[in-house]
Amino acid sequence: MHGVESQIAEWRAYVAKAPAVDGRDVDELEAHLRDQIAELDSAGLLADEAFLVAVKRMGDLDTLSREFAREHSGRLWKQLVLSGEDEPARPAGGWLEALVFALAAAAAIQVARLAAQFPDEEPAWLLRNVGLFVLPFLAGYFARRRGLDTRRWVLTAAPFMLVALVVNLYPYRAGSATEVLVALHLPVVLWLAVAYPYMGGTIRSHDRRMDFVRFTGEWAIYYVLIALGGGVLLGLTALILEPIGADLPEQVVEWVLPSGAAGAVIVAGWLVESKQRVVENMAPVLTMLFTPLFAVMLTVAAVTYAGSGVAGVFDRELLAVFDALLVVVLGLVLYAMSAREPSRQAGLMDRVQLLAVASALVLDVMVLGSMVARIGDLGFTPNRAAALGLNLVLLVNLAGAAWLSLRFLTGRIAFHRLERWQTSYLPVFALWAATVVAVLPPLFAFT
Amino acid sequence: MHMTSSYGWAVVHIDKDLVAASATPLVLAILAEGESYGYAILKRVRELSGGELQWTDGMLYPLLHRLGRLGYVTTEWRTPPEGRRRRYYAITDDGRAALAEQQRQWMTVTRALGDVWRGPAGLLTALGEA
Repeated sequence: MHGVESQIAEWRAYVAKAPAVDGRDVDELEAHLRDQIAELDSAGLLADEAFLVAVKRMGDLDTLSREFAREHSGRLWKQLVLSGEDEPARPAGGWLEALVFALAAAAAIQVARLAAQFPDEEPAWLLRNVGLFVLPFLAGYFARRRGLDTRRWVLTAAPFMLVALVVNLYPYRAGSATEVLVALHLPVVLWLAVAYPYMGGTIRSHDRRMDFVRFTGEWAIYYVLIALGGGVLLGLTALILEPIGADLPEQVVEWVLPSGAAGAVIVAGWLVESKQRVVENMAPVLTMLFTPLFAVMLTVAAVTYAGSGVAGVFDRELLAVFDALLVVVLGLVLYAMSAREPSRQAGLMDRVQLLAVASALVLDVMVLGSMVARIGDLGFTPNRAAALGLNLVLLVNLAGAAWLSLRFLTGRIAFHRLERWQTSYLPVFALWAATVVAVLPPLFAFT
Repeated sequence: MHMTSSYGWAVVHIDKDLVAASATPLVLAILAEGESYGYAILKRVRELSGGELQWTDGMLYPLLHRLGRLGYVTTEWRTPPEGRRRRYYAITDDGRAALAEQQRQWMTVTRALGDVWRGPAGLLTALGEA
C-alpha cells in the first residue's frame, strides 16, 4: 500500500501546480481518487492497477485544470493559462503590437496639439476631442489582439465615429457649460466603447463584463504608477536641462507630456493583459487597506452632516465634491468586487463595505435633497441637470448594491447576484454619459 | 478523453455536447434527492444511466463549483463517522427553481422529439419499424 501512497502524493503535487486549482480543490479531488481506488480495490484489482484506473478516470489533467480556470477566472487570468483549441496561446510579449498603437496615439495627440497651438492657444475643440485622439487606439489594439472579424471591427469603430460627429458638428456657444460637460463625459462614453473590442464582441456575457470591470481597476493602477514614474523622470530632466537653456525644460514638457500621457494609456492596457499576476496580488491588498478607511470617513461625514444640519446649505462646489466622492465609492465597491473570490463566505470586509455604501447612500440622499431645492429655486441649468442625473444614476446603483449585500450578508442570496447587479448596470452608465454628450447640449440650446 | 465502460460491453456513445448539456440538470436532480459528495454523485449518474452516461470524473468538480457560485448549491466539509473527509453539496431554493426550469425545457424537447419520431410521417415509419 506504501507504493500507492507515494503515487497519490506525486499525483497530488502535480495537480496542485495548476494555478486555478487551490488547496481545497486538490483535497476534494484526492478524496475522490481515494474513494475510487478503494472501490476498485474491493473489486479485486491490485493497488497500483486501481491507482492507474482511478487516475485515468479522473481525466487528462490539462483539460481538467483548464476547466477549473474557466470556472475560477477570478483566481487568475484565463488568457495566461488557457492554451486550449478555442483560445490560442498568446505569446507572452506581444509588446511590439502594443508599442505600435502607443506610438500612434502619441503621434495623434501631438498632431492635434500642434494644430491647436496648445498651450499658447486653448481652443475648446481640443478639450472636447481629447479622448478621441487616444481611446480609438486602445480599442484598435484590443480589436487586433482579440482577432475580431470585419463586422466586429465595424461595430468597434461605429461608436467612435458617431461620437466624433456629434461632438464636432454641434454648434456650441463660446464658453458654454454644455461644452465642458461634454468634455467630462466623453471619455466615459469612449471607455465603455472600448469594452466592446475588449470583450471580443461578447458584450452580453456577464463574466466578460466583470473582466472588463477588473481590467478598468488594474488599468487605473498601472496608469497611476506610470504617471508617477514619468513625473519623476520629467522633473529630473527639466532640472538637468535648465542650466543649458532657460526655456528648454518647458519645451520638453510640452512635447513629452501629452505624448507620454497618451501612449501610457495603451501601455497600461498592455501591461494589464500581459503582466496580470503582478497587479492581481495588489488588488486585494489595496481593497483591504482602503475599504475600512473610506468606511470610517464616510460614516463620520454622514453622521456629522446629518447631526449638525449642514445639509441644508450645500453650495455648488460641495455638490460637485460629493458627486466625485460617490463615483470613488462606486469605484471602490466595483474594484473590491472584482478582486473578491466569489465563492468565499461573507466576511468582515463585506460588512465594512456595506457600512461604507450605506453611509454614502445617506450622504447622497442629503445631496439630492439640496439639489432638488436648488433646482426648485433657480430652475434647470445644464450643470444642474447633469449633476442631478449622475446623482440619480449613482443612487439607484448604490441602493441596489446595499440591498443585495445586506441579503448576501444574511445568507439569503449568493454573491453572484451582487456581481450580476453591477454587470447589468454597466450599460446604464454608458447610456447616461451618452445622453449628456448627445442630448443635453441641444436641450439647453448649446449654452 | 473518452472513457469506456468498466462493465466490458459496448456503450451507446452519447454525443459530448449532449452530455455537457444534461450535466447541470442531472446533478441538480441528484442533489434534490438529498445532499451528497462528488464521488457518490458520479456513482449515481452511472447507476441512473445504466453506465451509458460516462463523464470524465474530474470534470464534475468545476461544474459543482459553478453551481455553488450561482447559489444553486451550498457546500460544507465534513467527516462522516467512518469515512474520509469530504466536501458535501446540498441544493438551495434557487437551485430547485433552476432545476424546475431545466425540467420544463427538457420536457419540451423530449416531447417534441417523441412526437416527431412517433408521428405518421415520423422517423420510425420511414425506417419501417412502426
